[in-house]
Amino acid sequence: MDTFSAILLSMLLPAAAVISNLIFRNNPNLRDGLTLGAAVATFLVVLNILNNVGNTTTDTFTLIEVMPGLGIAFHVEPLGLMFAILASGLWIVTHIYGIGYMRGNNEENHARFFACFSFAIFAVMGIAFAANMFTLFLFYEVLTLSTYPLVAHKGTLAAVKGARTYLGILIGTSIGLQLVAIIWTYAVAGTLDFTKGGVLEGMIAGPAVAILLALYAFGIGKAALMPFHRWLPAAMVAPTPVSALLHAVAVVKAGVFTMLKVGIYIFGIDFLATTGASIWLMWLAAFSIIASSVIALTKDNLKARLAYSTISQLSYITLGIALATSMGILGGSLHVVMHAMGKITLFMCAGSIYVATHKTDISQMTGLGRIMPITFGAFLIGALSIIGLPPLGGSWSKWLLIIGAADASQLVMVGILLISSLLNVAYLLPLVGKGFFLKGHDQTEQPNVAESPLLVWAPPAFTALGCIVLFFYAGHIQAFLMPIVAAP
Amino acid sequence: MATQTVHHAAMTLTEHLPILQVLIPFITAPLIVFVGRRELAWPLAFIASFTSFVIACLLLSKVIGGGVISYKIGGWAPPLGIEYRVDAANAFVLFLVTGISTLVLPYARESVSSEMPERTQTLFYALFLLCLTGLLGVTTTADAFNVFVFLEISSLSTYVLIAQGSYRDKRALTAAFNYLIMGTIGATFFVIGLGFLYMATGTLNMADLADRLSGQYDSRTVRAGFAFILVGMGLKVAIFPLHLWLPNAYTYAPSAVTTFLAATATKVAIYVLLRFIFSVFQPEFLLETSALEIIFYPFALLAMFAASFTAIFQRDLKRMLAYSSIAQIGYMLLGVALLSETGLMAAIIHLFNHGITKAALFMGVGAYVLRSGGSFYIHLQGLGKTMPWTSAATVIGGISLIGVPGTAGFLSKWLLVQAALEQGYWPLAILIVASSLLAVIYVWRLIEILYLSTPTSEKVVQEAPLSMLLPLWLMAIACIYFGFETDITMGAAKAAAQALLSGSSGMMN
Repeated sequence: MDTFSAILLSMLLPAAAVISNLIFRNNPNLRDGLTLGAAVATFLVVLNILNNVGNTTTDTFTLIEVMPGLGIAFHVEPLGLMFAILASGLWIVTHIYGIGYMRGNNEENHARFFACFSFAIFAVMGIAFAANMFTLFLFYEVLTLSTYPLVAHKGTLAAVKGARTYLGILIGTSIGLQLVAIIWTYAVAGTLDFTKGGVLEGMIAGPAVAILLALYAFGIGKAALMPFHRWLPAAMVAPTPVSALLHAVAVVKAGVFTMLKVGIYIFGIDFLATTGASIWLMWLAAFSIIASSVIALTKDNLKARLAYSTISQLSYITLGIALATSMGILGGSLHVVMHAMGKITLFMCAGSIYVATHKTDISQMTGLGRIMPITFGAFLIGALSIIGLPPLGGSWSKWLLIIGAADASQLVMVGILLISSLLNVAYLLPLVGKGFFLKGHDQTEQPNVAESPLLVWAPPAFTALGCIVLFFYAGHIQAFLMPIVAAP
Repeated sequence: MATQTVHHAAMTLTEHLPILQVLIPFITAPLIVFVGRRELAWPLAFIASFTSFVIACLLLSKVIGGGVISYKIGGWAPPLGIEYRVDAANAFVLFLVTGISTLVLPYARESVSSEMPERTQTLFYALFLLCLTGLLGVTTTADAFNVFVFLEISSLSTYVLIAQGSYRDKRALTAAFNYLIMGTIGATFFVIGLGFLYMATGTLNMADLADRLSGQYDSRTVRAGFAFILVGMGLKVAIFPLHLWLPNAYTYAPSAVTTFLAATATKVAIYVLLRFIFSVFQPEFLLETSALEIIFYPFALLAMFAASFTAIFQRDLKRMLAYSSIAQIGYMLLGVALLSETGLMAAIIHLFNHGITKAALFMGVGAYVLRSGGSFYIHLQGLGKTMPWTSAATVIGGISLIGVPGTAGFLSKWLLVQAALEQGYWPLAILIVASSLLAVIYVWRLIEILYLSTPTSEKVVQEAPLSMLLPLWLMAIACIYFGFETDITMGAAKAAAQALLSGSSGMMN
C-alpha cells in the first residue's frame, strides 16, 4: 500500500468505526467487535507506514486546497508517526478495557460512547499526519468537539459542569489565542507548512517572537500549561476509559505534540535558542511542574490526583521544548511515549479499582492491594515509570531532559526535575504502600470484593509490561527520532 | 434555417437574463392570485424561484472572472434609460438570495400549512414571490431610484409576511407594525438622500452619479445625501443602534419567513450599502470624510459584543438567533471598515456564509416549532434524542456560527482576522476572536438543552417531516461544503472586492 492511501486509510478506519457504532447500536457484540477490528486494522496500517518510510519525512500530499497556499494536507515525519503508532496501539488496549469497564459498570449509551471514542481517534490520526498548522488546527478542534460528549457522558449535573469547563477552556484558548497565532504566522511567513528549521526565522524579530510563542503556548490549551489547566481535572468526571486514553494519551498528547510541532517546525529550535524567546516559557513550565505536583499531594480522589500529575508531566515536555536544545526536544518527545504508557496504566488501574469496589478516594483503598494484587502491581510499575526509576521506560526521558537542561546551562531546571521526581514518589507511592501493607477498614462489610473482571485487569497489566519493555527499546525510539533535531 | 432561428432566440434569451431574473417572480406573483387555487400556489412559486436560481447561476458563471453584464431596459441607453448591471458582487448576492428562496419554499410548505390558516396561504406565496422580486430588483439594478422602488416592493411585502405570524402569536402584529414604521423611516431617509444627490448631479444612474459626484465631495448637499443614504440603509441593514425592529420581527414572523429574511433581506441591504459607498461614492471619499472610522468601527464592535451578550441571555431560540444576526452584521461592517481587499472579501464572504448558516439554524427552529409547539428553550429540552436529524443539522449550523474550522463560518472569520492583522490592528483581531467566543456560549447553551436535559412535557415528539429535513440538511451540508470548497465563494468575493475597491472605474467596465 502506498503511503498516502495508508494515511487516508488510518483516518477512514476510525471514521468507519463511528458509523458502524451508530448503525449497530443495538447489537453490542457485533458493534464492539467491529470497532476492535477497526482498531487493530488502524494499528496495522500505521505500522505499514512505518515499514514504508522509516524515519524519513515524506512529500506533502494535499487533499483539498482551501485558500491559496492553505490546504488540508498530510505527510509523514518521525514525530507524527511515533504519535500515530502510540495512539492507534493504545486504542486497541483501551477499547478492550472500555468494553469491560462499560459493561462491568452498567453505564448507558454504549453506542454513542464508542462512536465518539472512534471519532476522537480519527481526529488524532489527522493531527499526527498533518502537514501544516492549518490542517492540524482543523483536527485539533474536531478532537475537542468529539470528546465533549464523552466528558458529559453521564449527563449528571457534575458531568455537564465539568464538560462545560472542558469545552470552555479548550475552545476558548484555541479560538481566542491559537487561531490568532496561526493567522499571525501566516501573515508574516506566508506559509503554515511544517518545515525543518522553522518558517519564522528572519520574518519576525524582537519581543514579537516571545508574544507569538505565548499565543501558541497558551492557545494550545490541551498541553494544560498553567493557568489553563483547569479543564483537565474537570474532565475527570468522564468514565475511566476516556480518562485513560484521551486524557493520558490522545487529548493531552495532542496538545504537547502540537507544541513540539510548533517548536520544531514553525519556530525552529535554533531560532528559539538564538532569540531566547522561550526563556519565560521554561520558567512557567517549571512552575507548572512543581505547583501541580504539590496540588496532586492534596487530592484524595485518585483520578483527580492523577489529573494533576498529568498536568505536571505535560509541563516536562513543554520544558523540553522551551530549553531549545536537541536533547531537550528529544527528551520531551520521548516523554510523550513514556508518560503515555505509564499514565494509561495508572488510569486503567484506577478504573479497575472502581469497577471492583466503587471506591474513588485513596483513603478508602487501604488493604485493597492484597485483594487485587494484579491491579496494584500494575499500578506500582506505572508509578515507578512516571517517577523515572530504572528499569522502566520513564527513566530515559527524564534522563534526556536533565541532559538537555544541562546543555542549556540551566542548572536550576535540573534541580526542578529532581525535586519533581521526589514529589512524584510522595503522591504516587502511598497508595501502593497502603494497599499492600495496611489492613482495610471495611473488608468485613464487603466480603465479596475480588479482583476486577479479566477485560479490566488485563489491559493495565499489559501496559505495565510495556513500561518495562520500553526501558530496553528507548534507544531505538531515540534513534528513530534523531532526524527531527538533525540540522536541516 | 430553423436551427439558426433557434440559435438566435437562445442568444436573445441569454441577453435578457438580468431582467428575466426579476420579471419571472414578478409576473408569477399576480398569476398565483389570479389562479387562486391553493394547491397550485406552491408549485408556481417554486418554479418561479427555481428558474430565478438557474438564471442567477448562469449570471454568476459569466461574471465570476471579473466581467460585467449591462442590460438596457427597453433599449434606452443609460443615463436616460434604466440600466441593469450584473457583476461579481451582485451576481453572488443573487445566487445567495435565489438559492435560499428555492430551498425555503419546499421547507415552507409544511411549516406554512401548520402556522397559518388555509385561506391566507395562496396569498402568502404571492407575497413571498413579491418580496423575492424586490430583493432581486434591488440587487440587479444600476439605477439609484430603481433601488428605492424595489426596496419598497420587498419591504411592503415583508411587513405583511411578518404579520402572518399573528396566527401563532398576536405579537407578530406589533412586530410588523414596528418594522413598518422603522422601515418606512429608513426608506424615506434613503429617498431624501437620493433627492440630494439628484439635486447636485441631475442624474440617477449609478455610474453617471459616480462620475458627476467625483468633483463635488466638498459640497454640503452631497455630504448630506451620503448621510441620509447611510442612515436609511443602516436601518434596513440593522446596524447596531438601528436594529430595534429586527429581534421582534424575526421572533414572531412565521418560521419560513424568518428563515428567508434572515438569510437574504439584511444581506441585500448590506450589498446596497456597499454599492453606494464604494461605487456611487468612492473609496477616496470614505477616507477623506473618515466616515468609516467614526461610524463603522464603534458601531460594528458594539454590535459584536452587545448583541452577542444579549443573545446569551435569551430564552427563545428564535430571539437568540436574531440577536446573533445583529452581532454578525457587525463582522460584515468591520470588514467593510477595514477598507482593504481582504477586509471587503471577508465582508462579502461572510454575507454569504452567514446567510447559509442562519438559514440552516432558522430551518431547525421551524422544525422544532412544528413538532414541539414553540421555540422557547423549555420546549427544546431533550429534543436531541427525539428529533436526532433536525438537532444534528442545527448543531452543524451552530458550529458554523461559532466559526469552528471545517465550516463556512471559519473561513470568513479567518479572512476577517487576517484583514485586521494586515493593517496591523492587533486589538481588533483579538476583539474579533473574543466575540466569537461569546458565540460559543450561546450556541453551547442550545446544545446542552437539546442533548443534556430531560424533556419537561410528557408529549412524545416526532422527527420533522422529510420535506423540512431535506432543505435543512442541504443547508447544513452547504455550511460544511463551503468550508472546504472555496472556488465559488472566494472567487466571487475576490472579484467583487476588487470591483468595489476600484470605485466607479469598476462600474465603467
